[in-house]
Amino acid sequence: MADAPREAWITGIGIVSCLGEGADAHWQGLAERRIKVDAETFAPYLVHPLAPLDLDKQIPKKGDQRQMEPWQRIGTYAAGLALADAGVKGNAELLARMDMIVAAGGGERDVAVDAAVLTNKPKAANPEAFLNERLMSDLRPTLFLAQLSNLLAGNISIVHGVTGSSRTFMGEEAAGVDAVRIALARIAAGQSELALVGGSHNGEREDLLLLYDAGGHMLRGDFRPVWERAKGMVLGSLGAFLVLEARGHAEARNAKPLARLSGVLSERSSRTAGAIPAALARMWQRLVPPVSAGIAVISGATGAQPATGEERAWLKTLPDVPVRATSSILGHGFEPQFAMNIALAALALGREKLFPAVDSSGVEREYEGPLERVAVTAVGHWRGEGMALIEAVT
Amino acid sequence: MASGKNGQPVVVVTGRGIITSLGAGKADNWAKLTAGESGIHRITRFASEGLKTTIAGSVDFVPVEPFCSTELGERMATMVAEEAIEEARIGSKGDFPGPLFLAVAPVEIEWPHRDVLAAGSGANDAVGYDDLLRASASGRFHAIHERCLFASVAEHLAERFGTKGSPISVSTACASGASAIQLGVEAIRRGEAEAALCIGTDGSVNAECLIRFSLLSALSTANDPPQAAAKPFSKNRDGFVMAEGAAALVLESYDSAVARGAKILGVLAGCGEMADSFHRTRSSPDGKAIIGCIRNAITDAGLTPDDIDYINPHGTGTPENDKMEYLGVSSVFGERAKSIPISSNKSMIGHTLSAAGTVETVFTLLTLEHQRLPPTINYKVPDPAIPLDVVPNVARDAKVRHALSNSFGFGGQNVSLVMSREPA
Repeated sequence: MADAPREAWITGIGIVSCLGEGADAHWQGLAERRIKVDAETFAPYLVHPLAPLDLDKQIPKKGDQRQMEPWQRIGTYAAGLALADAGVKGNAELLARMDMIVAAGGGERDVAVDAAVLTNKPKAANPEAFLNERLMSDLRPTLFLAQLSNLLAGNISIVHGVTGSSRTFMGEEAAGVDAVRIALARIAAGQSELALVGGSHNGEREDLLLLYDAGGHMLRGDFRPVWERAKGMVLGSLGAFLVLEARGHAEARNAKPLARLSGVLSERSSRTAGAIPAALARMWQRLVPPVSAGIAVISGATGAQPATGEERAWLKTLPDVPVRATSSILGHGFEPQFAMNIALAALALGREKLFPAVDSSGVEREYEGPLERVAVTAVGHWRGEGMALIEAVT
Repeated sequence: MASGKNGQPVVVVTGRGIITSLGAGKADNWAKLTAGESGIHRITRFASEGLKTTIAGSVDFVPVEPFCSTELGERMATMVAEEAIEEARIGSKGDFPGPLFLAVAPVEIEWPHRDVLAAGSGANDAVGYDDLLRASASGRFHAIHERCLFASVAEHLAERFGTKGSPISVSTACASGASAIQLGVEAIRRGEAEAALCIGTDGSVNAECLIRFSLLSALSTANDPPQAAAKPFSKNRDGFVMAEGAAALVLESYDSAVARGAKILGVLAGCGEMADSFHRTRSSPDGKAIIGCIRNAITDAGLTPDDIDYINPHGTGTPENDKMEYLGVSSVFGERAKSIPISSNKSMIGHTLSAAGTVETVFTLLTLEHQRLPPTINYKVPDPAIPLDVVPNVARDAKVRHALSNSFGFGGQNVSLVMSREPA
């Protein structure tokens, strides 16, 4: 039967958000509790807008940039950062056998076309024929490729040459968890040596606000950090990719570990009252060693209820463990949130300290102690629970 | 025989379910497929005025009113999963003993949803996203949120069938159905599960989806007669025909199947993939990724190209696909390429998109079971540049021990599966 699970290292991270790009910009922004919120563009909704990127640095061909909508540019850019960080960018031999799992939603609508159709279709003699006529003449032919979920992966193959394999998982927060879980499981079982995993999200989109507020999940009005809200999410624009690597593979090429990805679990709870704390407790028990000093939780709390309230109730059972919810600063980014939080955990472990709290409600408290491991949580705004354990490589 | 390559569990099939435009269920589909019947017809679901393509292989006998592609996809997935689980006689009702891997079309807010929100906004002249947002924020449209989440189809299926763990929805465009099977095979080989439920489903025949493919010049415009439009490997092929369908497989470790006395319907012997970095919709002209993908699958099965007796190709009937697939097949199989039967199900059922890899896996398993090759219909004008035995127009019997199924998709996606009749 299968051999003992192999150890997987994180050997590269690529992250972009409202804080900018890369490890240092994020560490500095978190250290300064720098909250950048745009309350104007989509008022009464709020958004954490992406910091400007010099796209040419990671997507050199303008033609490639033009073929993508923002969500794909964000992801392709972040993937390039991760590959560079791991020292594999441009290494054709490694990239040709690198596995890729992307967690993705769908691409941007052409909101002008939608609005024109909605305005004029009811007045048309034959509304269905009118819809056909407008879409046939007004949709850009390549827009479809910018909308298809798997075309972020496709663009990463084209721009960066990752071609070992390419899979895209869909399904909001849970897709982000399962992408990392499967990438790790394949490495642990010897099905993969080197993997790129992550995703991207453009939060600056009315079509997404429409979807999530139909469920009553968006924060309106004044900004508050996530634990201080009665309910409501604030969208963020995020790109986050990790390079995961079998330890032996990394050592053979002298790649340095940022951290060890020790385990990833996911659950599908029924979401009946108390199901989320029970799921989180089960995963914690399976992942985290019984006596764990120097551990922190980096939470993917979204602000949606009852999910975030139930996660908060579970966190109360761990009174000694410091907690940080990154959506207070970065916004909520669905598919890439889990990879982003794993990347931030790796950063914190590398710097041997946790970043400051952003909360006055009592969930987060300042912590200056040692940091040896981080549990990253994901409780999807509607469904899906996940947890990862990231540990310092000593 | 407990284990195959590297001591990993051997993965077998113990249940199959299928729906295409030909009908619901294995018996009906297989009878019509081997009779060379086409499920392609004129579109009646929506107005076709102003469209260049007015035909499809839509599944109109599963009613969804008002129409919603995701809803149709979910209903078909439910039906094929029931058929597959019933055949496998596994678990108990609502308690499937393994994970769910679902190939599903990307979920989105569709025009009927947008129309409802626009009407609900009370805007009386120009309607913009501000108006839609005002309506969505009213709290009256919760159902749209749940229906239009990507996770919703898999969540509902997981709830109904009681699959274990977090269900995974995968997209590799038109290779998705094969990727879902590959994920199941890998999970069983890792020893994570003894069984997996793998489903592919696609109900995408709506105006906007059809127009998207039409604007990329991917669709056949040979609307009359509809049944003759899909012409894989023919010289006059002019695009694929959009279609709907679903299929499900119960995968199981060989040991688990034997232990519970289940009938083994075939072996999922090998999976291969390779991404193409050449172009968003076209393959690298040297066929490198297609060739690598096919070779990876055959190697993964512990076989050589000489062992493959039949190929179920991607075979869409677009000028580009069939040319490149021929390049891939002829490169891997050499001189033998001319004599290995290769027949495209899509000539009859059209291209079921996200479901195609799963649908065609079920048809390939039926081919192995019945030792009979379904034809490539509408093969009237052979393409001299593609000298293959496409099983032209009429089904025939054959000895098939090992078969290859190819799936290729936009975004450089290539997945191949190798199936065997019996465990090695």
